[in-house]
Amino acid sequence: MSEAGGGAVADPGGGSGEPGGGPGPGAEPEAVRRALDAVWRIESVRIVATLAKVTGELPLAEDLAQEAVAEALDRWPASGVPANPGAWLTAVAKRRAIDHWRRRERLDDRHRMLAHELEESAEPEWVPIPDDVLRLVFTACHPVLAREAQVALTLRVVAGLSSEEIARLFLVPVATVQQRIVRAKKTLGAAKVPFESPDPAEWPMRLSAVLGVVYLVFTEGYSATSGERWMRPELADEALRLGRTLAALLPREPEVHGLVALMELQASRFAARTARDGSPVTLDDQDRRLWDRAQIERGRVALARCDALGRGRAAYALQAAIAECHAIAPSVQQTDWERIVVLYEALGRLAPNPVVELNRAVAVSMAVGPASALRIVDRLADEGSLRGSALLPSVRGELLSRLGRDEEARAEFATAEGLTGNEVQRRALRAKRERLG
Amino acid sequence: MKYMLIMRTTAEALEASKDLDFEKIINDMGAYNESMITAGVLIGGDGLADAAEGFVVDFSAEAPVVTDGPYGEVHELFNGFWIVQVSSAEEALEWAKRAPLGAGTKLEVRRITDESDFEDFADNEYLQKEKEWRAEEHARAAGE
Repeated sequence: MSEAGGGAVADPGGGSGEPGGGPGPGAEPEAVRRALDAVWRIESVRIVATLAKVTGELPLAEDLAQEAVAEALDRWPASGVPANPGAWLTAVAKRRAIDHWRRRERLDDRHRMLAHELEESAEPEWVPIPDDVLRLVFTACHPVLAREAQVALTLRVVAGLSSEEIARLFLVPVATVQQRIVRAKKTLGAAKVPFESPDPAEWPMRLSAVLGVVYLVFTEGYSATSGERWMRPELADEALRLGRTLAALLPREPEVHGLVALMELQASRFAARTARDGSPVTLDDQDRRLWDRAQIERGRVALARCDALGRGRAAYALQAAIAECHAIAPSVQQTDWERIVVLYEALGRLAPNPVVELNRAVAVSMAVGPASALRIVDRLADEGSLRGSALLPSVRGELLSRLGRDEEARAEFATAEGLTGNEVQRRALRAKRERLG
Repeated sequence: MKYMLIMRTTAEALEASKDLDFEKIINDMGAYNESMITAGVLIGGDGLADAAEGFVVDFSAEAPVVTDGPYGEVHELFNGFWIVQVSSAEEALEWAKRAPLGAGTKLEVRRITDESDFEDFADNEYLQKEKEWRAEEHARAAGE
């Protein structure tokens, strides 16, 4: 590395032409850390899953793995990044594990046996079978953990992200992430959670928890609840990666493909969802030329994989199918709204939800007309659903305005303005109200 | 961010590879691809058929000259590519280093451009048209 060290992103190998291609001896710590982060993203699943399989304890496995990372951070700046950094980390993790059990050796035979077994095993055998990676996923998303602990632990052990990277993605202090992970590990230990995939009886519920964690990461990226930007695509990309990993591990689970399809199709609109000034652009106003066509194709392929399993579409796949209708339509007018209505009906029956019902009303207004849609919205209002949310009055205002009932529409928009917490949305509602005179 | 890993092989290395166990090559390549699929980073890729099947259009002269196969001072042949979606240039490098390739072969790693690379020319007529082309092409494909 030369004075151009700050340009390591453009020149990640250090341009040194050295064996291994990583930053060499005496490299800047920052370049070493970035190289280590990259290696760890690829290697962590293998190392943590193997350690957890051997020990039967994910928290201990994660501790040992972090010790290996710390040792690399300590030694690589002076020694340079090793030619095979993955093997180096594996060897250190293994040595740390053996040390750990040697210290406990006098306590019981099991630890002696573990240490011995590990000493005998060659590192190339440290290739976890997909089942071990699945155990890792299910343990990190175990129901004894709070949702944010599941998210942090999954990103750490499955996605291989450092606490710093997770903190950057979620715009929280590094200490907060570290604390969440420490607590998550303590909870797993206290609940004696085994390093296992769930029993068949628990499977659907546990799989749904895993998919929920992934989709939560995605939606936080798709529509950020914090920070200055309203979207954080890099977070959504991490969720997509996790989703693709799950699809590779569980190719026979239709909802996994449904979730991947949904995320690919929604993410395909990223470039069109933000105006040049950073404000959000709604589906109606998006420049469809900006949609990522390759990504739409990947979404459609994932949905086709779900369908090919022949077990029907559940909630994620149905939402993906709705997103697909939009993705392949040249314009709002040329969208197959009848089909979207049917898909929302199916979704509403599977998981009755007033937001889904409201979306169905919007689709009905496009497919049939505003009067039919208004009946659905009025029923929701009578039931008291979505009280306190700006969604219902803004949709109702839209429908009334299309029916020429301007005065009522203005009142609905005014109500919605008062309810929304989002400044951009408030301005849009005000504009609509003022357009009505 | 997306990167393309572009495989470049010398004609000699390509010739020498014909003596290798082809099934082993397929298996090694398959394991490498599988590792990238499982990691959720592989989003595209293809191999290229023999360069002898292709042709080259050279723009050195006023009128382009078309020649069958690779020609001229060709030291390396493009043989195939992978497209990976990763979180950093360093990670793209790490994946590239893991490719089961041998002497005489290189992987060139290039970032794939996106909208942000053309921000300053967002209003350019042809960039606008290109978007139309892509959208029309897609609508056609979707309609099939």
